[in-house]
Amino acid sequence: MAMRQGFAPRAVPGTTPLVRFDAVSKRFGAVPAVDRLSLDIYDREFFALLGPSGCGKTTLLRLLAGFEVPDDGRILLGAEDLASVPPYRRPTNMMFQSYALFPHLTVAGNIAFGLKQDGLAKAELAARVEEMLALVKLQDCATRKPHQLSGGQRQRVALARSLAKRPKVLLLDEPLAALDRKLREETQYELIELQARLGTTFVIVTHDQEEAMTVAHRIGVMDQGRLVQVAAPAQIYEQPASRWVAQFIGDVNVFEGRVVSADEAGIVVAGAGRRFRLAARDDVSPGAHVWIALRPEKIDMSAIAPIETQDNCAEGRVSEIGYLGNVSMYKVRLDDGTEIKVSVANRTSVLERAIGRDDRVWLSWTNAAGVLLTR
Amino acid sequence: MTIVTPPPAPASTPALARPPDMTPSSWRTRLILYVPYAWLAAFFLLPFLIVLKLSLSQTELAQPPYSPLFDLSAGFAGLKTFVTGLSLANYAALFSDPIYVLSYLKSLEIAILATAMLLLVGYPIAYGIARASARWQPILIMLVILPFWTSFLIRVYAWINILQHDGLLNRALLALGIVRAPLVWLSTDTAIYIGLVYSYLPFMVLPLYASLQTMDETLLEAAADLGCPRWKAFWSVTFPLSLPGVGAGVLLCFIPVVGEFVVPDLLGGSETMMIGQTLWTEFFANKDWPIASTIAVVLLALLVVPTLLYERLQTRQIERGG
Repeated sequence: MAMRQGFAPRAVPGTTPLVRFDAVSKRFGAVPAVDRLSLDIYDREFFALLGPSGCGKTTLLRLLAGFEVPDDGRILLGAEDLASVPPYRRPTNMMFQSYALFPHLTVAGNIAFGLKQDGLAKAELAARVEEMLALVKLQDCATRKPHQLSGGQRQRVALARSLAKRPKVLLLDEPLAALDRKLREETQYELIELQARLGTTFVIVTHDQEEAMTVAHRIGVMDQGRLVQVAAPAQIYEQPASRWVAQFIGDVNVFEGRVVSADEAGIVVAGAGRRFRLAARDDVSPGAHVWIALRPEKIDMSAIAPIETQDNCAEGRVSEIGYLGNVSMYKVRLDDGTEIKVSVANRTSVLERAIGRDDRVWLSWTNAAGVLLTR
Repeated sequence: MTIVTPPPAPASTPALARPPDMTPSSWRTRLILYVPYAWLAAFFLLPFLIVLKLSLSQTELAQPPYSPLFDLSAGFAGLKTFVTGLSLANYAALFSDPIYVLSYLKSLEIAILATAMLLLVGYPIAYGIARASARWQPILIMLVILPFWTSFLIRVYAWINILQHDGLLNRALLALGIVRAPLVWLSTDTAIYIGLVYSYLPFMVLPLYASLQTMDETLLEAAADLGCPRWKAFWSVTFPLSLPGVGAGVLLCFIPVVGEFVVPDLLGGSETMMIGQTLWTEFFANKDWPIASTIAVVLLALLVVPTLLYERLQTRQIERGG
């Protein structure tokens, strides 16, 4: 599938990855937090680990930082096996979800902490602290203590502190979770800009799919200690690997069915009392048990019946309207009881909305709209 | 997802219209504040004023054994005799006789050393408990507090049994072949230190534990992440953050140890006189109430300095938001 260059991962085929997880497992008691997971992260990449809470994404990050030791498998940084490297000698730095700023040290003291451990010369240390303060625009706060700062400023100090040692890999554990929505969005773009400027490999852990989609070159979607899909954000959204991924990322309607025919002209799937036409694919054959994922924004809704009422359409009654500002989410109940979510951009004011509750509507979609899933 | 419905009208809140200082709750708040003040006035300030007055009096062979007395029936003249009868002579006496000064110095020396020992012994214990699993912590803290269930006096008497010539300690040392002949423990300064460290350990461990236990564990991870090995992180992160606990523990031990009477009296030798013993002797043996009161007032003045230091430390800590 064609991707816009800007969204393509920076992984260059043939090059060795910067970080390699090789069949890594970590159990807490009997519960596997990370389960035989393999993953390559490349130099200069902004990689997001995305998943619901408890999926093992933070554990994976802590394994890389050295706070957890894998039960099985290897973690490589460049060519070096990290197994015998304690956290304080790893060229990775972590920005903690709680920021973990030292309350007894000033902003400058916090940023200088890691540099002092390296025994940096005084002048160089001062210059680097100054540079970091400028990087996060906190020059005026150098002598303040963490408790004298706002949440957003604390977040910046934590970021500056983790970048001060110029790590090979910066690990960000839910770095924006404590910020309010507006500030979070601003900071996301700042992170993108910062990563592009510094060229440092960033690995971010988040449960927020929008955040992962916004900042990352590639996303690794995790569930129950395993990677379900590793791909660019657009691909994860448009071509989810499974029903679970489709449902985890964004809103989706899923229909179950059986392949009726599959040839160069396209695929026809019958299920739930209707027929779906999809673009051709060579990995499915007639009779296969499949699911079709249909995003709400890819469905057209109209009060008038479409010309072709055979395939890729449905008729029903509007049962609920959720107003979200920029879009409205309609729930349409079909005559057989199936509920389909349709999102409509609010180009005009909702007050002059053409379709209201309990109106009969026709839904239709193109052959390219649905995604065929085999698991 | 929000379904479009008109928002409910905000409920009217007439209670908010009343000015806050007219509410009955502010009276209650004030009353709650006055109760501890009244308590302090009745049981701290008043006794102190009596002691202060005694320290300005002269000893008499009478009942009560001091003068002047305030004769209420004599009216204003009585008050005048009373006021002119007061003098600072006892304070002068206190500093002219080396026995008192030496006793004060000895008390300070013992208190400083004992507090240092308490810190050295108490810190690892508190640290260990704070780092123990959540299941073990209450049990371990219980063990620290457990000695309080027995009378302090009985526990000090028990130490006499342990430290005496054929006591537990000497028998153990002989049995283990560490010494050939029993050592003299009882009636030495060593015995005083053992007794003090034993008696005051909970007062050192508890505040230290409180400050170590609330410390965020991720700070140590952050330190390690920034290149700081564990032992170094103790001195650059853990210890500075536990300083409020160190301050509280040091003062909770130092202040009462300076005036300690039971431990040096039962375990110490006759040549070591801590100020508490000197005071006791003046009061009960010599029946010199005024000089005993003078000793007490000067002791209080000596202890006010570290207490004020601690207050300042606490204020700073509150300002720091810790």
